[in-house]
Amino acid sequence: MRAIPTGNLDYFSFLAPGILAQSVLFIAIFYGINVIWEKDLGILQKLLASPAPRSALVFGKAVSAGMRAIAQAAIVYLMALVAGVDLNWSPLALGGVLVAIVLGAALFSTFSLMIACLVRSRERFMGIGQVMTMPLFFASNAIYPISIMPTWLKIVAHINPLSYQVDLLRALMVVGGTSTFGIGIDFLMLTGMLVALIVVTSKLYPTIVQ
Amino acid sequence: MPQPTTDIAIQTDRLTRSFGSLVAVKELNMTVRSGEIFGLLGPNGAGKTTTIKMLTTMLPPSSGVATVAGHSILGDSIGVRKRIGYVSQMISADGALTGFENLLLFARIYGVPRNERKQRIDEALAFMGLTEARDKLVRTYSGGMIRRLEIALSMLHRPEVLFLDEPTIGLDPAARLQVWKRLKELLETFGTTILLTTHDMEEAEELCDRIAIMKEGVIAAEGSAEELKRRAGTGSMNQVFIHFAGEFSDSKPNFRDINRARRTAKRLG
Ligand SMILES: Nc1ncnc2c1ncn2[C@@H]1O[C@H](COP(=O)(O)OP(=O)(O)O)[C@@H](O)[C@H]1O
Ligand SMILES: [Mg+2]
Repeated sequence: MRAIPTGNLDYFSFLAPGILAQSVLFIAIFYGINVIWEKDLGILQKLLASPAPRSALVFGKAVSAGMRAIAQAAIVYLMALVAGVDLNWSPLALGGVLVAIVLGAALFSTFSLMIACLVRSRERFMGIGQVMTMPLFFASNAIYPISIMPTWLKIVAHINPLSYQVDLLRALMVVGGTSTFGIGIDFLMLTGMLVALIVVTSKLYPTIVQ
Repeated sequence: MPQPTTDIAIQTDRLTRSFGSLVAVKELNMTVRSGEIFGLLGPNGAGKTTTIKMLTTMLPPSSGVATVAGHSILGDSIGVRKRIGYVSQMISADGALTGFENLLLFARIYGVPRNERKQRIDEALAFMGLTEARDKLVRTYSGGMIRRLEIALSMLHRPEVLFLDEPTIGLDPAARLQVWKRLKELLETFGTTILLTTHDMEEAEELCDRIAIMKEGVIAAEGSAEELKRRAGTGSMNQVFIHFAGEFSDSKPNFRDINRARRTAKRLG
C-alpha cells in the first residue's frame, strides 16, 4: 500500500482541518431550505417588496450562516484538542481560521441559496442537497492531497472552493501545517467565488417567489 | 361626476405575464386613481396575484409596462418599493416575536429613522387597534389581529400605495368588519391608495370605490359597484360576479391556490 503523503503531519492532524471544513459545509449546504420556508410562509415576499436591495438580503443570509459556523468550529476544536492534535493557538492563526470558517460558510450557504432559487420546493431541495455534499467533499483535498489524484479529479478539486478552504485551514489550524496553493491565493479564491455567488444569487432571488 | 384627475397611483399599459403557454395576465390596461380603494375581483386563477406580483416588482412582466406611485416597475423598481406596502395572501408575521418586535424589524428594513421608530410603531399599533396586544407574542393573537398587525407592518413607512392580496380570507365576519373599518380609516387619515384583491363580493361593495372583475387574465368589467349592478341588470353583487365572470368561472380548479387558502385559514384558526 502506498502511504498518503501528508507533509510533515500525522494523518489525524492532516485530517482535522478537513473535518472542520466538512462540518461547516454539511450545515451550510442545507441553509437554502430556510429561504424556501420563508417563501412558503410569505416572509420572503414581504422582504422582497421592501426597498432593501436583493444583494443585501442575500449577503445578510451569508453573514448569518457564517456566524453560525463559528459555534461549530469551536466544537471541532474541542474534539481535536481531546484527540491530541497539536493546534496552533497564535492569535494571528486563530484569526485566520475564523475568517476561513466564516468565508466558507458564507460561500456554501450562498451556493445553497442559489440552488433553492432554482428548485423552489423543500422536497426537491433535500434530494439535491444530499446528492451535492458527497462530491464536494470527495472531490477536494479534505481527505487526501490533490497530488495523488488522477488528472480529471485534480481539475475538479481545483474548481472546488472547499479545497481552498481546507488548504487555508491546513496552513493555519495545526502546528507545522503548510498551504499548497498559498494563503493569499486561498483567500482570493474564496472571496472571489463568494462575491460571484452573491451576484448571481441576488439576480435569481426574486424568482423563488414567482 | 368628478373629472378623472391626473393624479394617478397605478397605471398599466398592456401588462402581460405568461407561464409557459398559459397567459396568466393578458394585455392589462388599468388605472387606479390616487386616494381610492380599487378592488381586483375574480375567481381563483384569474390572475389577481400575478398582477400584484408584477406591480410590487416581484415578478417581471413578459411584456407591457406599468407605473406605480409615478415610478416605472421596470426602470425604477427600488423607487416603486420605497413607496408601496404589501400584504401577501399568506400570513407571515413571526409568531415567536411580540407585535412590537415584528414592527420593529420592519421599521429597520424600511429605514424608518431610529428616533422615530418607537413613535411610528405605537401609532401603527393604535391605528390597528392592537395597543393592548403590543407586548404579547403574535402566536397568541387571533386571526383578525394577525391580519391587522400585517397591515400595520405594511404602513410603517407611510406608503403611497398599499397592495392587499385577499386581506380577509379565512376571517370570521366580526374580524372582517374590523379590518374593513381600519382600512377605511387608513385611507381617510393618510390618503393611502389601496389596491386589494378578493373574491368576496360583499367586501368589494363595502370597501371599493371602483371594482375590476378579472377573468382568465383580462378585465371583463370595470366600474363602481352601482355601475356594475346597473350594467348587469341586477341588485345583487353575487349576480354581478356571475354575470361578468361566468357561472363556471372556476372551471380550472387550482390545487395550489385552494391548498394555500386552506392553509391560511387553518393558521388563522
Ligand atoms: N409561478 C407560476 N407558474 C406557473 N403558473 C402560474 C404561476 N403562478 C400563477 N400561475 C398560474 O397563473 C394563473 C393565475 O394565477 P394567480 O395570479 O395566482 O390567480 P389568482 O390570484 O387570481 O387566483 C393560474 O392559472 C395559475 O395557476
Ligand atoms: Mg391569488
